[in-house]
Amino acid sequence: MVSEREPALAYQFDDANQQREAATLGMWIFLATEVMFFGALFLGFSVYRAAYAEAFAEASRHTDLLLGSFNTVVLLTSSLTMALAVHAAQTGRQKSLFTLLLLTMLLGVVFLGIKGMEYYEEYVKRLVPVLNFTYPGNHPQQAELYFYLYFAMTGLHALHIFVGISVLAVIAFLAWRRRFSPAYYTPVELTGLYWHFVDIVWVFLFPLLYLIGGR
Amino acid sequence: MNKAGLHHNYLTNDSGWKAWLLTTDHKRIGVLYMGSILVFFLLGAAAAAIIRVELLTPEGDFVRTDTYNKLFTLHGVAMVWFFLIPSIPAVLGNFLIPMMIGARDVAFPRLNLASWYIYVLGGLFTIGTLLAGGVDTGWTFYTPYSSQFSNTYVVSTVCGVFIVGFSSIFTGLNFIVTIHTLRAPGLTWFRLPLFIWAHYATSIILVLATPVLAITLALLAVERLLKIGIFDPALGGDPLLFQHLFWFYSHPAVYIMILPGMGVVSEIVSCFARKRVFGYRSMAFALLAIAIVGFLVWGHHMFVAGQSLYAGVVFSLLSFLVAIPSAIKVFNWTATFYKGSISFDAPLLFALGFIGLFTVGGLTGLYLATLAVDVHLHDTYFVVAHFHYIMVGGMVMAFLGGLHFWWPKITGRLYPEAWGRLAAIVIFLGFNLTFFPQYLLGYFGMPRRYHTYPPEFQGLHVLSSIGAAALAAGFLLPMVYLFWSLRHGALAGPNPWNAKGLEWQTASPPPEDNFEAVPVVTEEAYAYQPEEADGV
Amino acid sequence: MHQPVAAKIYYRVWMVLLLLLAVTIGSAFFQLGALGVALNLAIAAAKALLITLFFMHLRYSKRLNWLAAGAGFFWLIILFSLTLSDYLTRGWLFAPW
Repeated sequence: MVSEREPALAYQFDDANQQREAATLGMWIFLATEVMFFGALFLGFSVYRAAYAEAFAEASRHTDLLLGSFNTVVLLTSSLTMALAVHAAQTGRQKSLFTLLLLTMLLGVVFLGIKGMEYYEEYVKRLVPVLNFTYPGNHPQQAELYFYLYFAMTGLHALHIFVGISVLAVIAFLAWRRRFSPAYYTPVELTGLYWHFVDIVWVFLFPLLYLIGGR
Repeated sequence: MNKAGLHHNYLTNDSGWKAWLLTTDHKRIGVLYMGSILVFFLLGAAAAAIIRVELLTPEGDFVRTDTYNKLFTLHGVAMVWFFLIPSIPAVLGNFLIPMMIGARDVAFPRLNLASWYIYVLGGLFTIGTLLAGGVDTGWTFYTPYSSQFSNTYVVSTVCGVFIVGFSSIFTGLNFIVTIHTLRAPGLTWFRLPLFIWAHYATSIILVLATPVLAITLALLAVERLLKIGIFDPALGGDPLLFQHLFWFYSHPAVYIMILPGMGVVSEIVSCFARKRVFGYRSMAFALLAIAIVGFLVWGHHMFVAGQSLYAGVVFSLLSFLVAIPSAIKVFNWTATFYKGSISFDAPLLFALGFIGLFTVGGLTGLYLATLAVDVHLHDTYFVVAHFHYIMVGGMVMAFLGGLHFWWPKITGRLYPEAWGRLAAIVIFLGFNLTFFPQYLLGYFGMPRRYHTYPPEFQGLHVLSSIGAAALAAGFLLPMVYLFWSLRHGALAGPNPWNAKGLEWQTASPPPEDNFEAVPVVTEEAYAYQPEEADGV
Repeated sequence: MHQPVAAKIYYRVWMVLLLLLAVTIGSAFFQLGALGVALNLAIAAAKALLITLFFMHLRYSKRLNWLAAGAGFFWLIILFSLTLSDYLTRGWLFAPW
């Protein structure tokens, strides 16, 4: 039996509609701040990419294209499952909602796992700045800058994925407890917005870090 | 003893530690901020006092050079991030925005409380750094000194600033959503008080600029710890990249600091001239224009740093443009007074101080925006005077004006008016004596951040230090009489100034949920009639 | 809140995303130089737009949310263009000081 509980209306709002619209606008503004947050790193990368095009291109060829591409497919698919999860909430399909949230989490974990494999691979190939950076090609200093930005940007992204997975766990738990319904699924929608945004960041990271030099 | 009056209000409805430290009432959060920023104001002021004592003599005989560097850094960090940026938005904005729009609270009250806690956490980092020995890079943390050569606590300081940045971001986010979604029936955008428009414009800057600062400081900390070379020329990096990222935030930050003050001034001017603000729509658009164009000018801090000359020309032109909306506002405030019925109460004295001193500061900004002139004036006391005219002569006066104007609303008490006027005058005179000589010092070539100087500059420095003493006395006055008024001030009614605005339609201090009934707005903002008498 | 979007739209968007991904990876094997960079960025932008409009429901959202989304992107453009205006023109004119 599906329960159609309304959320408690917070005292500052007049009605549920206002509350939902405020929450959604709040999340979009938060995502705008995240655009600027990641954007500053993208700028740093762009400046050095413009200055050291050849070195960056060469360094980028040391990344694992296969794993990176696979990870992109994983993340794009997780966006699909997330969108379908919101759809399930909207249409009151509780079991599908729960399953799709778990699937999204799983794909997120797979993404992190593969990223970890890549990091390990880069460690073995001695491409980690400060730790063991020993570069076989030309322009080692510039290549080190590339790898620093690579680790910084993918690391910050991975942190965001981790946060997303944690939030999804909470939302999945609440879904299991039948907290959501077509009348109230705002937390699912907001989690979706966050998750899709983190996917968009990767959509830009992947070509800039893995593909710019050509293969 | 009851804080004020006999009625149930937000100060008395619930007492004890938990009621304050776990409050989600925007009014209590505003009061919490008031206390916290006072701590940092005093910290920054103490540093300034020592600086001015040192500068009485040409030799560096009061403090060592290391110490002097740490003092002006502390002064900048404390004043910019822990006093000026929060001041009006976190204290007056938090308290008044929901009331001015007829709402019960902000859109996200728990996020509001979190903002305050984040502010306190960031503040503790800064105080901790100070106790551990301080930082000497200047509040601008320029590389490569900060990333490679300084022997002081750079990382923990930037941690504190990184943290307090999130307080800013969440406050801005809260304000934007609140203003969009919680306005009372009938309160259309062009009926909003300009205080609201000002905070809306400020919030746009808060949410879009601060994240860039966060990443910049994180990059600096990592660079200092791991020395990879992102800002180190020897390793292929560019120190100027730090400056681009830093000033992308820090220039709009000065508009974060001044726009709320402009909002306050509009409220005060209309009330004490008994007239609607002249050119309301252009005032609102000017606020937005300042916020937006303010993002396009940051390179004017880097004219002589190695930035491309071509980019310098572009930034110089854009910097001229940003002066235009500010000038429009000054003209419109002036026009508001024309044929108004003016009473020179303390809030108006502070507001008049703002208008005059902000104008001087703004005009000297044009000097600095002129590329060729800036070559000579950059890093001199001319710059120091310029920004203090705007920040202290402008912003702090606006804050004090607002504090006096809304003190009856916040506390239910009237401050002693004669003392208020005296404070405004002493502050105005002390301020000018402190900072006008600094324009001359800069013109004559006195560099900033130096504590030793050629003897021919001493006369002007002595004048400046005497002015600083007077200014300090002026700032102390409100601290004493405002505090005194909490117990002994006359009880204020709901509207002692007979002002327009929804916040004055409810009791002083307000009840916890602000209004007995949701107000419905039917008239324009500032619907003052000239023949109305002011007073209780 | 808007009506639920038909699930099949999500599947279609997903397939277009994968197709664009294939194109962008494939393009890396041809030495396209600056054109390749522009192409990859354009494809990334297209993917971002699809995700934003359909997965994030922006297409069915209030204009205000469009404004928030657009503002973030627009401000990033400001950061990039003015900063790069320095880096890309450093060699053009030399300061007399």
